[in-house]
Amino acid sequence: MKIAVCVKRVPDSETRVKIASDGKSLDEAGVKFILNPYDEFAVEEALRRREHAGAGEVVIVSLGPPAAQETIRTALAMGADRGILLQADRVPADGLEVARALGAELKAGAYDLVLFGKMAIDDYNHQVGPMVAELLDLPCVTAIAHLEIAGGKGTAEREIEGGVEVVEFPLPAVLTTDKGLNEPRYPALKGIMAAKKKPLEVKPTALGAGSLEVLALSPPPQRKDGRVVGEGSAAVPELLRLLRDEAKVL
Amino acid sequence: MNDVLAVLEQRERTLRKVSNEVVTGARRLADALGQGGGGARVDALVIAAGTVAGADQLGGFGADKVITLTNPAFGHYAPEGHARVIADRAKAGGYGAVVFAASATGRDLAPRVAARLGVPLAQDITDIAVEGGAVTVVHPVYAGRALLKLKLTARPAIVSLRPNVFTAVQRPRAGSAETAAVDAPVGRVVVTGIKHAAAGALDVAEAAIVISGGRGLREPANFKLLEQLAAAFGGRAAVGASRAVVDAGWRAHADQVGQTGKTVSPTLYIAVGISGAIQHLAGMRTSKVIVAINKDRDAPIFKVADYGVVGDLFEVVPKLTEEIKKLHG
Repeated sequence: MKIAVCVKRVPDSETRVKIASDGKSLDEAGVKFILNPYDEFAVEEALRRREHAGAGEVVIVSLGPPAAQETIRTALAMGADRGILLQADRVPADGLEVARALGAELKAGAYDLVLFGKMAIDDYNHQVGPMVAELLDLPCVTAIAHLEIAGGKGTAEREIEGGVEVVEFPLPAVLTTDKGLNEPRYPALKGIMAAKKKPLEVKPTALGAGSLEVLALSPPPQRKDGRVVGEGSAAVPELLRLLRDEAKVL
Repeated sequence: MNDVLAVLEQRERTLRKVSNEVVTGARRLADALGQGGGGARVDALVIAAGTVAGADQLGGFGADKVITLTNPAFGHYAPEGHARVIADRAKAGGYGAVVFAASATGRDLAPRVAARLGVPLAQDITDIAVEGGAVTVVHPVYAGRALLKLKLTARPAIVSLRPNVFTAVQRPRAGSAETAAVDAPVGRVVVTGIKHAAAGALDVAEAAIVISGGRGLREPANFKLLEQLAAAFGGRAAVGASRAVVDAGWRAHADQVGQTGKTVSPTLYIAVGISGAIQHLAGMRTSKVIVAINKDRDAPIFKVADYGVVGDLFEVVPKLTEEIKKLHG
């Protein structure tokens, strides 16, 4: 089975968020970047499918700046076979432009399975995976937390409000992965050493500007300074009074 | 070109509550778009296997027309069929915007429709406006630690609304209704069934009140205290959990609030025995009122909490339950 996993380089969620002087983007100075955590589930799933089949290839595809090579190497260190970086100076806010660029690359690869994380933890966009599927006219199931594949068909489960949807689909397909699908492995030292020698192709990529224009990036409104109402159960009546009379939520 | 198509959600031919919010958001957008002259309509679209309970109420939230498109194949969510029907409708109706809920279904469906129409999507937005004729939205990014303001320069503007943010408002219109059968393409992706969570259990992403527990509860059985408190609120509250207790296997992932769980915006969020890591705050900081109960006065959760109680949750929570019960008589 030939599997592509699309990954994104994102700022670590613990990182300090400082807005750049243009007022529209993140000041990247001193920011630590990581492999998007939801993409780790996708990489892990691809590796397990390959290991289970005893054959196949796992290709990591990323769109991003030159530094995204490190992100790809992280996935290679987990055990993927090779990487492709669609190198772009800037990634537009418009997910459809990203999907178009990835879609063109993925179409050429003729993959049996294309995996994405269900969203990236920087832009919370939840969209590039299903957009790629539409552009390539492939079946797609998003945010899966369980997956079985046999005989060219798959069954996946995805959480919905108040339940779990059971979904069947044929291969080839595009899937996006949620937490709960698996426990991603940590790259072992041996894997990290091996990853340095694995092939990583860099393809300069020109993206359209898209139709989503960033007007501003700003800090969220400061929540009003909270206050400690009191200590222990003695504070409960006052808490209730505030919730009822001041916050008016009871 | 200024009319708005509101895409609603139903399950088992009953409209989901989030649909009222979608109509409310769509009405707000239509009013802003129509301000230049001529006004703008809201058409509410329901796709189902047959007529849907509650659809006739939508005029109350500002829908000018409720369109129900039926096909026996739409008993469950049919991703490809729904996407095609909505995209076709959006094109035929010449809408200026299409509004979804950022629910599990809406988040899956909106990108498909956007890609079909070749226009961008602003997903999971918390505010919407019209500036100089263009739709602008606000979307929280970087774990909620920054807000991105975007302008959608293509039409239709496709957006999905974060649940519980666009509070449903009664805006009565003389809404008309139309029901028609629609062709359903044979989809390759088929939902074969839904495994239900406990009957009547409210989802944390949609509950008006969320009470979440963390490691401070010490063991899984103690979540009973939170369930009792939730019950005291009479069916409006859901019990959530921090990542730590989900990873420990105490609670289901479906209940997890935070970056690798659900994003919630309830009217009231009560964090019990949760220290308040950045990843947890990412999932709940847009709650309207936050209460924290924690024995550690220095816990970061107190920085975002409107009201804090420092103390032993095993004393405070039962007392709170007792008082809420009294209040609700």
